[in-house]
Amino acid sequence: MNRNPLSPTAKKERIDALARSGDSGRVDSDEGVSLWRSAWRRLRRNVVFLIGAAIIVAFILLATFAPWLAPHDPSARLLIDEVSRQSNPVPEARPGFPLGADDRGRDLLSRLIVGSRQTLMVGVMATLGGLVGGVTLGTLAGAFGGWVDAVVMRVVDVLLSIPSLLMAFSIAAMFARPSQWTLIVAIAIVQVPIFARLLRGTMLAQRHSDHVLAATALGVKKGPIIFRHMLPNAMGPVIVQATLVLATAIIDAAALSFLGLGNPDDRVPEWGQMLGAAQGFFNTFPHLAYYPALCIIVVALGFTLVGESLREALDPKSRR
Amino acid sequence: MTKYIVRRLFQAVIALFVLSMLLFAWLRSLPGGPVSALLGERSTPEDRAALEAALGLDQPLHIQYWRFLTRALRGEFGTSTFVSPGTDAFEVFLTRLPATIELSFVALLLAVAFAIPIGYLAARNRGTALDTGAVVTSLVGVAVPVFFLAFVLRDVFAVQLGWLPPSGRESVGINATRVTGLFVLDGLLTREWDAAWDAFKHLILPAIALASIPFAVIFRITRASVLEVLDEDYVRTAQSKGLRSNVIRIRHVLRNALIPVVTTIGLQIGALLAGAVLTERVFSFRGIGHALSYGFTNRDYAVLQVLIMMAALIYIVVNLLVDIAYAVIDPRVRAK
Repeated sequence: MNRNPLSPTAKKERIDALARSGDSGRVDSDEGVSLWRSAWRRLRRNVVFLIGAAIIVAFILLATFAPWLAPHDPSARLLIDEVSRQSNPVPEARPGFPLGADDRGRDLLSRLIVGSRQTLMVGVMATLGGLVGGVTLGTLAGAFGGWVDAVVMRVVDVLLSIPSLLMAFSIAAMFARPSQWTLIVAIAIVQVPIFARLLRGTMLAQRHSDHVLAATALGVKKGPIIFRHMLPNAMGPVIVQATLVLATAIIDAAALSFLGLGNPDDRVPEWGQMLGAAQGFFNTFPHLAYYPALCIIVVALGFTLVGESLREALDPKSRR
Repeated sequence: MTKYIVRRLFQAVIALFVLSMLLFAWLRSLPGGPVSALLGERSTPEDRAALEAALGLDQPLHIQYWRFLTRALRGEFGTSTFVSPGTDAFEVFLTRLPATIELSFVALLLAVAFAIPIGYLAARNRGTALDTGAVVTSLVGVAVPVFFLAFVLRDVFAVQLGWLPPSGRESVGINATRVTGLFVLDGLLTREWDAAWDAFKHLILPAIALASIPFAVIFRITRASVLEVLDEDYVRTAQSKGLRSNVIRIRHVLRNALIPVVTTIGLQIGALLAGAVLTERVFSFRGIGHALSYGFTNRDYAVLQVLIMMAALIYIVVNLLVDIAYAVIDPRVRAK
């Protein structure tokens, strides 16, 4: 039973189009190479992809080696003696402190470098959380069909009908004490319905395809068919979506911090949190906001560029 | 056609029902439970006990849900604790609504006015510098946090250059007559041109910041859609039978390409509401988003309840209308 999405709203259509793309791409593979290999062949020459990939690699390297790259301890209030509420709330740049310090006398450059770690962590954990939840729900719905599908998808559709950032704000507001983890949970839950719908679409597309029929005819049990035959084929669109979600997760984390729903403990820096904390100084010391914002924009752009070029490479329509 | 509309209406009702249950669950899971949420943290134990009895929190869940539902339908959500202390939460919604309608409308208008022509031109000139530039701009636009863009716009055009007002909906000292609550429209209706112009100047910067969200989405959908239509057989047929290119462009390409764009525009209402939470705060633009943002920061749950429910309601109804409009424009949808 193929339950088509009844309402033609674009948010769902976009997810469904992505769900179809990975599947049909394999069939008309002209030169007998796999979808991934042919996608890679085109990505290698794609400037947009290469720029995005370079940004991501640099970002991950920065996060990995941050403690060794940072000139100072990001939580040490080294210039606190110079901070005074009236005359000089933010110490200026000087030798050893190329970007100056924040309003608590901590070295801004070190905070930016070390901040990459928490930012990467927030992005990856939120995406992973949404992925695991969504893949579980979507696999259940797509693999079993029937009433399981009907119930799961009704709930998913309602969740999709709530503006996603507004839902993230609401979930974050549920926690009495905000922390890095409540922020991650709020962003992750919002991604669950998107991944669920995506997975269900790719599963449904495969339920009547030849390789599943063949496996069923050979007497393979339902579990192995789902996990070994259907799920691996659904991974293309999921990876594309996950890459794009990484970008929005990092941006949304900044928005949550801006509203005071982020991590109040700023000893371990995070870019979104730094940007949120800089709002009070925007008219007087805009550089406190510009540096973390620039980092967020560049990294989010990197993930978006890679995600979009992956989507295009995996889309059979754009193959030549 | 009627069958389709009935089916969509039915779906919208189910969505609202599930939504009310989610909101009920949300309210119950708030820190301190619904009593503290409604009374605020400084309530006395007597107040709490009285309200608990009045709310029937000792009753079974389904009865509590029913009471919640009937109260919600009557617009009784309690009083605001922070955003507008002492005021009924539903009244906060009503007084704030016009500002957000005005702002979102101008933002959407801006986004559509720029995104569709640029998307169309980018698609027609695929691969040129114009196309690449527009695509890159839209991708960067997605990557910029909207409240940061708002800050930058305010800093440059209001604080540094002083061209436009940095905050609020009208200047101090303007005693304009209020008719609809939409300040620009009010000024035009009462022929108070100064007031209208002043209100409009206050709208420009927040509207540009807010428009950046729908602009990127509408631009990309338009471009993709025009590209797809340009590839269609009927466009080639039209070309080969010698139709003038203007006729092909307007009647064949644009008309068909705009179908998915219309749905996308409807869907942007949700993004606009979320974006308004951030932009209205930066510009102290006292609309729904402004109330929501301070509601979130200061946990004014009565206000949050009303505004979230109304936001979702507006979103669902607008999408229902867009889907119906879609079916009217595109006969293929009805057949599905």
